[in-house]
Amino acid sequence: MSLNSEDIKKIAHLARLQIDEEDIPGYVRNLSEILALVEQMNYVNTSDVHPMAHPQDVSQRLRADKITETDQRAHFQENAPLAAAGLYLVPKVIE
Amino acid sequence: MHNLSIWQLAEGLRTKKFSPRELTEHFLTRIEHFNELLNCFITTTSDGALAAADAADKRIRAGDGVPLTGIPIVHKDIFCTEGVKTSCGSRMLDNFIAPYDATSVARLKQAGAVMLGKTNMDEFAMGSSNETSYYGAVKNPWDIERVPGGSSGGSAAAVAARLTPAATGTDTGGSIRQPASLCGITGLKPTYGRVSRYGMIAFASSLDQGGPMACTAEDCALLLQVMAGFDPCDSTSIERAVPDYTAGLDQPLKGLRIGLPREYFAEGLNEGVGSVIEEAIATYRSLGCKITEISLPNTNLAVPVYYVVAPAEFSSNLARYDGVRYGYRCEDPKDLLDLYKRSRGEGFGPEVKRRIMIGTYVLSAGYYDAYYLKAQQVRRLISDDFKQAFENVDVIMGPTSPSTAFKLGEKAADPVQMYLSDIYTIAVNLAGLPGISIPVGLHQNLPVGLQIIANHFDESRLLNVAHRFQQETAWHARAPDGVE
Repeated sequence: MSLNSEDIKKIAHLARLQIDEEDIPGYVRNLSEILALVEQMNYVNTSDVHPMAHPQDVSQRLRADKITETDQRAHFQENAPLAAAGLYLVPKVIE
Repeated sequence: MHNLSIWQLAEGLRTKKFSPRELTEHFLTRIEHFNELLNCFITTTSDGALAAADAADKRIRAGDGVPLTGIPIVHKDIFCTEGVKTSCGSRMLDNFIAPYDATSVARLKQAGAVMLGKTNMDEFAMGSSNETSYYGAVKNPWDIERVPGGSSGGSAAAVAARLTPAATGTDTGGSIRQPASLCGITGLKPTYGRVSRYGMIAFASSLDQGGPMACTAEDCALLLQVMAGFDPCDSTSIERAVPDYTAGLDQPLKGLRIGLPREYFAEGLNEGVGSVIEEAIATYRSLGCKITEISLPNTNLAVPVYYVVAPAEFSSNLARYDGVRYGYRCEDPKDLLDLYKRSRGEGFGPEVKRRIMIGTYVLSAGYYDAYYLKAQQVRRLISDDFKQAFENVDVIMGPTSPSTAFKLGEKAADPVQMYLSDIYTIAVNLAGLPGISIPVGLHQNLPVGLQIIANHFDESRLLNVAHRFQQETAWHARAPDGVE
């Protein structure tokens, strides 16, 4: 399975990653090689095999719907690039 | 003091041969002396360490100490440490001060361990050589032109150079075991779910595990004792009692059934490494173990499966780095899309971006079934191979890495080459099994590690099997030249 530069641009957009035009051939090459490696999986028949999402097949643990955490917004916002009045600031979204 | 084990240091503190402050100062001085050469540390926390040392001193004098009280430790920079920079080896978190302690960090702190600093690592734990860090490569203390392995390269190098008696690491595809092997130390990856992932920056959520790194299995047992156990803050943490890992270390191994997978001794394994491993196996034979050849037929599929599952989970986990709530933000974003794309494009290094792209692709519409779902099915086949094997053997052994430490830059240009060197460690993460790497010899003056794999939650067995080898041999006590 080989990719082209249009594929790379589409994937980068989905991943919200800015990539430079000059790096695209490198990505095409690396990703195509990795996908070739991954093709090996197709030689194995897995028609009756149940997918394994967790090594011990455990499912999500539940707890009582009670409030246990405290509000630490101010503390966590110390790491914010830009915040005011308890809100995180970003460029205008709505036109 | 830096050649003593954690047990010996604890005894020294208890009998007042030296104080926690003297011990901490000793290691801080060594770090100052060696770090420029080795680059193991991203942050050193001298003030905090001395304060913690003094607190440990009070505790020991009050008769309130436990084995780890006053023992210096370093944490891989993937663990959140409250009030201390936590970078994950990335520009993306270069400005991030963790607002809380990871559970593993908190538990070790509670036991009185003294944090000396945060160690260097491959960016976001992505790598097997510690060459992808934003903070520069770590050098292997055995040969500074070579890699220490990764992604816990900083922790491994720090222990090997005797800059600390204890370290934490994380392992998603071999990142504790492989650097332990390349640096000649002992590193253990617990069963998935044994050690809490809360506060451990996420790479691949169904594979990640934090674990101890030290010179000996005995020391790892002490560390694991504190780290292991159910944590309500981690939704994948398993509720299961933690045994006493320090009891039963000396149990004789007569009759132990060891399986050697033929696939681990096939082409690709360096001859010199193979010979050292064979000698180690001979030592186990002399201890009365029964060695049999086994087969893990789906071994060669571990690499393709891993390179679908891990990047997929990784791309999902790294979506949180968006320049909004924490971490790197680009300058003058034009609009929201520009904010996302440039913050991420500038904040992440090339290997991280590569893996995010692969992960995004295999999870995208039209490809999910062909790649991710298929990989999870093959994953079960790989896990079933181990299940079958453990019906007839107690532990599985083989080389941790197909070669000794390679030169800096040797594999960086070819990611697929790098990925293939994880062949022996990856399947263990896919199956969620515990694994340990112990130093068993040298080849061309570079360490060789033996990997021992046990069944789920059988860490006691792993530690016992490793410890008995270390009682019969002295490889674990060999330090690299130049670190006296």
